[in-house]
Amino acid sequence: MTVRALARTRNGARAFGIATTVAAIAVVEGLIRGGAINAYIVPLPTQILAALPRIIAEEHVLQRFWQTAQEVLWASLLLAAFGIALGALLYRFRLLRQAFEAWVGALAAAPIVLMYPLFLVIFGRSTTTIVMIGFAAGLAPVILKTAEGLSGTRKVLIDVGRSFKLSPAQQFRKVLLPAALPSVFVGLRLGLIFAMINIVGVEFLINFGGLGQLINELAERYDLPGTYGAILFVILASVTFFDLTARIERWLRPVE
Amino acid sequence: MAEALLDVRNITKRFATSDGGILAVDDVSFSVAPGEFVSIIGPSGCGKSTLFNIIGGLTGDYEGHVAVEGATVVGTHPAIGMVFQEESTFPWRTVEENVAFPLEIGGMVRAARMERAAHFIALVGLTGFERRYPAELSGGMRQRVAIARTLASEPRILLMDEPFAALDEQTRLLLGDKVLQIQQTLKQTTLLITHNLTEAVQLSDRVLVMTYRPGRLKRSVTIDLPHPRDSEVVSSEAFGHYVAQIWQDLREEASRGIEDAESRVRLRGARR
Repeated sequence: MTVRALARTRNGARAFGIATTVAAIAVVEGLIRGGAINAYIVPLPTQILAALPRIIAEEHVLQRFWQTAQEVLWASLLLAAFGIALGALLYRFRLLRQAFEAWVGALAAAPIVLMYPLFLVIFGRSTTTIVMIGFAAGLAPVILKTAEGLSGTRKVLIDVGRSFKLSPAQQFRKVLLPAALPSVFVGLRLGLIFAMINIVGVEFLINFGGLGQLINELAERYDLPGTYGAILFVILASVTFFDLTARIERWLRPVE
Repeated sequence: MAEALLDVRNITKRFATSDGGILAVDDVSFSVAPGEFVSIIGPSGCGKSTLFNIIGGLTGDYEGHVAVEGATVVGTHPAIGMVFQEESTFPWRTVEENVAFPLEIGGMVRAARMERAAHFIALVGLTGFERRYPAELSGGMRQRVAIARTLASEPRILLMDEPFAALDEQTRLLLGDKVLQIQQTLKQTTLLITHNLTEAVQLSDRVLVMTYRPGRLKRSVTIDLPHPRDSEVVSSEAFGHYVAQIWQDLREEASRGIEDAESRVRLRGARR
């Protein structure tokens, strides 16, 4: 089967993706065994796979995974609620947009995670601190992409709403927001990435919570296969949330 | 002539520009009787779409007034249903959800509005496509969804701005048949804005010809072709006569429009 033919079927594309990943892992395994990569810094992929049952049984990685996932979920809900509302405000009030858009852009580039001592002072060494840092780190893209999506709504769709005498609230709910959804979801996904990186990072830094704390402990013990195994679970959490947002988007806007 | 359902009186609209402003529409007056199909035809830039937006209530700040059954209307009005030139279906809604949209806004319960939507979907010939999304339909089908959606709001006057402009000629003629069929079934008072001569004569009881900038009414031509009418009428001698008659007026205006566009391009070049 040709690559073009593979790309035409969903399962074919998936199989191609998996095969490529397996091939890349095999190459890394070969490079480490051949001495091109230092085995004291990067463990063999086969050692990482062998460590998985151990970290599941002894390090309670599934409970840690669930804890990090809950933190990401809470941060995502806050991002959706506040990010979309603030983005709508920037769209609605031109003055706000002109005054704050550049600042919100700057917030996206700010290393929020380094402000963890401030969050610790405010919220204590708790899950709230982790969730709030994730929320703060992911807020900027959600606001910006929401404002962008709302501004990009085709004028004719707004005119259709006006011609049916929609109230401003109906115009937002029935026309503007659905029209902006693809852009809003791009913002949510970006926000989710920022939130996840910062959540795991702050767990690592304050040695509290889920997978970040586990990675810290395993690294401290120089258990490299275990450390990389735990990182695999971070990737799994990331993929799970990505898939979840894609499903929600497909449910809200089934066909483009 | 029956009492006017729509009365457009002394409409004048200026747009402010850096060099003093443009008089887009100048003292336009006409009326449309109940059940009548009137087309406004004119060259590009004659203010047709401005007039569409004024009558539909999307543009304010004009002189004159628009009245429905003698009552002046300001802003959008439920008696006037608009169909737009651009593709205007909601891509996130199925055909039936699009058509049921005005009923949903009106607070009708789901079962009742879906039943009502099915009636209008059948009217535009899209039965069987209720659960499809606009992205799955052709351009002509999407415009029919937009027409059905507007009809579902049961407006007294259907106001259309070049709804078939983006379609090929064959589709345009066949959709014209569909619009005529709907108009005759519902006795729907219709005002069509167009720049297409064939379409105007095929569909209308009366064609109003506009001048090129500023847009004024130049002539009103009554189309005395038999009803019920369909696209076969385009091959008749009388049809050709009406097209030739309107083209005489329109040609002069279209030529002025082209000359004006060329002189503006030359002027921009000279400024550089």
